[in-house]
Amino acid sequence: MAILDNFLLIGLPYTALIVFLVGTIYRYKATKFSYSSLSSQFLEGRQLFWGAMAFHWGILFLFFGHLTAFLIPRQVITFNSHPLRLLILEVTAFAFGLIVLFGIITLLVRRISNPRLKPVTSRMDIVIIALLIVEVVLGLLVALNARWGSTWFAAVLTPYLRSIFILQPDIAAVSALPWLIKWHIVGAYVIFGLIPFTRLVHLLVVPLHYLWRPYQRVLWAWPRKKVRDPNSEWTFTKPGNN
Amino acid sequence: MDVRAQISMVFHLDKCIGCHTCSIACKNIWTDRKGAEYMWWNNVETKPGTGYPTKWEDQEIYKGGWEKKPGGNARLKGAGKLRGLLNIFHNPHLPVIDDYYEPFTYKYLDLIESPAGDDQPTARPVSLITGKPMDIKMGPNWDDDLSGTPDYARQDPNLKDLSPAEQEAMFQLERMAFFYLPRICNHCLNPACVASCPSGAIYKRGEDGVVLINQKVCRAWRMCVTACPYKKSYFNWGTGKSEKCILCYPRLEAGYAPACMHSCVGRIRYLGVMLYDADSISEVVNNIEKDVDLVNQQLGMLLDPFSESVIKAAKENGISDSTLKAAQDSPVYKFVKEWGLALPLHPEFRTLPMLFYVPPLLPVMASLSAADHGEQAKKMDPAAKFWNDGWLYNTSTEELWGTIDQARFPLKYLASMFSAGDEEKIKAILKKLMAVRIYRRWKTVGDVNEEKAAAVLKDAGLTADTAEGIYYLTSLAKFDDRFVIPPAHREQAIEMLEFAGDTKGSVGFGFKEKPERGW
Repeated sequence: MAILDNFLLIGLPYTALIVFLVGTIYRYKATKFSYSSLSSQFLEGRQLFWGAMAFHWGILFLFFGHLTAFLIPRQVITFNSHPLRLLILEVTAFAFGLIVLFGIITLLVRRISNPRLKPVTSRMDIVIIALLIVEVVLGLLVALNARWGSTWFAAVLTPYLRSIFILQPDIAAVSALPWLIKWHIVGAYVIFGLIPFTRLVHLLVVPLHYLWRPYQRVLWAWPRKKVRDPNSEWTFTKPGNN
Repeated sequence: MDVRAQISMVFHLDKCIGCHTCSIACKNIWTDRKGAEYMWWNNVETKPGTGYPTKWEDQEIYKGGWEKKPGGNARLKGAGKLRGLLNIFHNPHLPVIDDYYEPFTYKYLDLIESPAGDDQPTARPVSLITGKPMDIKMGPNWDDDLSGTPDYARQDPNLKDLSPAEQEAMFQLERMAFFYLPRICNHCLNPACVASCPSGAIYKRGEDGVVLINQKVCRAWRMCVTACPYKKSYFNWGTGKSEKCILCYPRLEAGYAPACMHSCVGRIRYLGVMLYDADSISEVVNNIEKDVDLVNQQLGMLLDPFSESVIKAAKENGISDSTLKAAQDSPVYKFVKEWGLALPLHPEFRTLPMLFYVPPLLPVMASLSAADHGEQAKKMDPAAKFWNDGWLYNTSTEELWGTIDQARFPLKYLASMFSAGDEEKIKAILKKLMAVRIYRRWKTVGDVNEEKAAAVLKDAGLTADTAEGIYYLTSLAKFDDRFVIPPAHREQAIEMLEFAGDTKGSVGFGFKEKPERGW
């Protein structure tokens, strides 16, 4: 089994990371037009409300939950040392998992059942939704079968993920985990690696810069005062709209 | 003073015959594509009517434009930084395709390829989205000419300030009237679409004020569709990007008029440069409390291109002499500032639209009366046509201003469209239009005497020269009078896109890389 472990827990994450980096950067540079959330609300809005709201807010919570355990494992373990706090955290996380599952299934049903959405649904849309459903179900099963994940994640997975990031992979502890958990990890890598080939790229262009830009935007194709001044040198600045 | 130039427009509603040629010209060039079939960057509406998309003027439904609470700054009604980002997963105010109409075509081939049978083959309508047969429920101009109908005219959001009696009077049989309202993007000075775009994909071009969407930066967050109170930003459901009227900027840069304006058979459209003071935008939008004051304030921002100080400030801002010359010759300046004949559409949305409308006189003023075929008939050419039903579509001038007060349209209705409710402004414009009409009637028909013509001109605040000017630009204006397009300075336009020196010794279209030695 060591070969399989090596492949899934060392080979796969690095492959996914490289594919993700090369893929997203190339796609951004070569076909910037394709970076879009491809919203279909214009064609169908009612089911989307339940699906998209539940899925997005839920997945945001879960993503930052996993990220917190990765970034500050010590504090998470300390926080969980009180059983009640651990219980509240786990129940909340599980509830959000259910919300995400409800959302993503709604989105899948919506995509399949509404004839208007057929022309705007690609094969990769279905693939990625199916993978996300598998991943969420696996996550929920992990939460049920291997209790108190928020604590053991910080203790076992955080060191493993860190070892991956510092290029000294250590899978001794991880390979001893039950397969259920391992498949959840593998699923995450697969989805991560597929990001550049799906509409998920829109999560890389979340428009947070909107918060600190002025509302109005006027672009001058050319520095308007310099352009007519014979004394100013030729400028090499590209205009902002290209 | 921050002087900027803006390509601005005037639509003369008295001259619009509602033929939709503008819409077709635009459609053929720009929106005849998958995902854009339902878009009409230029559309013509019948007023009173609900318009396209249905009831677009009702911001309680669509939450477009800016709203201002007393004392506070203007803020976007349905979008904005916090609200926009919180609603990014599902925009609760987004119009959906059914608010416009489901695009359709007909299976024309069935007419030819159907097997022989007892019945005539028919071309069934099919949806351009699903490709399946459908029942057509709505089109882009399905309220065309339907004044008085309960489904359309009586649902017009502009009727909300009219009393039931006034509304009834408006829709009385034989007194019923309507006019056409052609609409394109207003290329506003304070565009709500630009402000609402989380990606920052929408921008206003500094040189000519055209508002554009960068298709490579648009990420389908859909806020502009909500924010534009005129609903002139459309979502392309195929590409997942927003699109809007581009004022045919490739044509403008080459010196041609935009397609809709060029093709206008009624010659109702005028285009020219306006100079404005960009420093005063925030002042007008944020500090003017009452909506009715907005029109005057907006007109006040528009600068006199003949004034020494304006010219000086414009030159300091890099506005070229050719653009200044275009601003001086601008027909828009004449209509809007010099003659005070044109008003912006729904100024209360606070976007400072730069498309102005001359309100319609004819549908408002004309009446049916018994015809006098006696004296008049003698003067008429033998080839002239007579109607024998004894009725005359009368634009008579006998009662002068009396008819304005007894207009078939309550002025309140026009005021709610063009002046945020100020009837006096509409009245003043209609008076001027009427005065010019009476003046010309004295000159050409001769059934009005000179004293009377002079008196009405004086009353309306016009001189004979001005009246001639208005008459000329309204009735006789040639292509170059109607469209005064400043040179884009092609040599600079090329440099706008890229440094021309970079492409020297380079390859032509279709190559993405430079012809450099490989490795």
